[in-house]
Amino acid sequence: MTVTPPFGVTGAAGVAGSGHAVAGSGHAVTGSTHAVTGSGRVKRGLAEMLKGGVIMDVMNVEQSKIAEDAGACAVMALERIPSRIRREGGVARMSDPLMIEEIKAAVSVPVMAKVRIGHFVEAQILEALGVDYIDESEVLTPADEAHHVDKWAFKVPFVCGATNLGEALRRISEGACMIRSKGEAGTGNIVEAVRHLRSILGDIRKITQADSAELFGWAKELRAPYELVAEIAQTAKLPVPLFSAGGVATPADAALCMQLGAESVFVGSGIFESSDPPRMARAIVEATTHFQDPAMLAKVSRGLGDAMKGLEIASLEVKLAERGW
Amino acid sequence: MNATRPVSSGWLRPHAADLPIDPARPAHGRVVGVLALQGAFAEHQVAVERLGGAVVQVRKPEHLAGIDSLLMPGGESTTMSKLLESSGLWAPIDQALRGGLPVFGTCAGMILLAREIIDRRPDQRCFGALDAVVRRNAYGRQIDSFETDLAVDGLDEPFHAVFIRAPHIEGLGPGVQVVARHASEPVLVRDGVIWAAAFHPELTDDLRIHRLFLSATAP
Repeated sequence: MTVTPPFGVTGAAGVAGSGHAVAGSGHAVTGSTHAVTGSGRVKRGLAEMLKGGVIMDVMNVEQSKIAEDAGACAVMALERIPSRIRREGGVARMSDPLMIEEIKAAVSVPVMAKVRIGHFVEAQILEALGVDYIDESEVLTPADEAHHVDKWAFKVPFVCGATNLGEALRRISEGACMIRSKGEAGTGNIVEAVRHLRSILGDIRKITQADSAELFGWAKELRAPYELVAEIAQTAKLPVPLFSAGGVATPADAALCMQLGAESVFVGSGIFESSDPPRMARAIVEATTHFQDPAMLAKVSRGLGDAMKGLEIASLEVKLAERGW
Repeated sequence: MNATRPVSSGWLRPHAADLPIDPARPAHGRVVGVLALQGAFAEHQVAVERLGGAVVQVRKPEHLAGIDSLLMPGGESTTMSKLLESSGLWAPIDQALRGGLPVFGTCAGMILLAREIIDRRPDQRCFGALDAVVRRNAYGRQIDSFETDLAVDGLDEPFHAVFIRAPHIEGLGPGVQVVARHASEPVLVRDGVIWAAAFHPELTDDLRIHRLFLSATAP
């Protein structure tokens, strides 16, 4: 094959300039055509890159550094982790942009942040801040009781929670590029995440066995677009990555979600409510990679101190997973 | 806006049961290791299998036995760097690369292969197998991620390339060949059996770059 001449050793000849030309102008020099930003493919692409990793909730710069040191593949910047939102009550909103900017400056991994369900202006603000992913999250107090954000209107990708396949497909039809099980955030109790993963993945398995007439019935039952149902029948996967969230408190919880079929794990309160956050964080990262290896799981689970105390689901006054429509 | 626009056309998700295999099976007989610590390794596996090769997911040192080449996927390079250490893979992979094991790193994989990383975390390591200086996240944040067509040496038609928070090659040693450029900057390079891309050929259903790498490194 023919190969162009070597590039040669150069200094850092204006990477900022070339980078901006690439992203902004769209018109490249020789050999390339138009560069497109914010497309579905590009937005889903980052979700694919986060697979097999752990996304950790952090409330300040110090915690974001602990998370990155432990090997988090991304951090979620929020003012109060879900367990504190539960304890303290009140309206939970998007975080202070100052805090998000500080965390962005402190870490090199992708930074995510949450908006209230339906609060498209909070989303516009986060996009302007340059966050890498927006979580339209039931953990915050909903801003709209009928509508989620039209996520196609944004260049920044969105992740949304789901308790079942219909909810997941409605979010995808609105433009979500990643789905996570809702679980029950802030409880340290994995039972709801397991319920949601089993519901989503169980229905996907059933749909792959459905005949062509039954697919229309599935679309009706799930209140989801037929085209997405038909695609799942063919691929046996969601068209976007499926992560898990809500109640992960130990390495074993993370591996359980992965073995059930989640592609990555969000950990909210489980790290910074444990007695030794750096160790717990590192152990959950390793457990997510070695999720099929019980000997490794035994090794990383040893001597971690106390996991977060956790809550019985039946004792909850507010079920966050019921938010969203 | 159209609520049900086609979601996945041309997009590779790791099922790929409905994607055709290459009838020539050019990778038949190959045993390709895919570093499976974190990131989009499943897509590389699909690409190799569609070319007729066998894949070993590499998570522990014993998984390196018997592979004839290694793919390092996209993902978070800091995360992978830590997991390479904690899983005991760093030293044996380093040794294998020095012994001439063919390797293809995409995005984070390219960062791991580089001689020097700019904007790295202080504890982030790289193998130094590729004589290149690479800057992490050089194209900006996620909203600056992009897709575009590239002219690739050895391919007749352009290759559609997806760049996600992509690294940028700031300098290359004299022995490194540029196989493709974007905006006149190198984005696909090779030095003998060491290949690296700033973009993600594994995210589209186009097998041509994997085929180029595997045919160039056939034992």
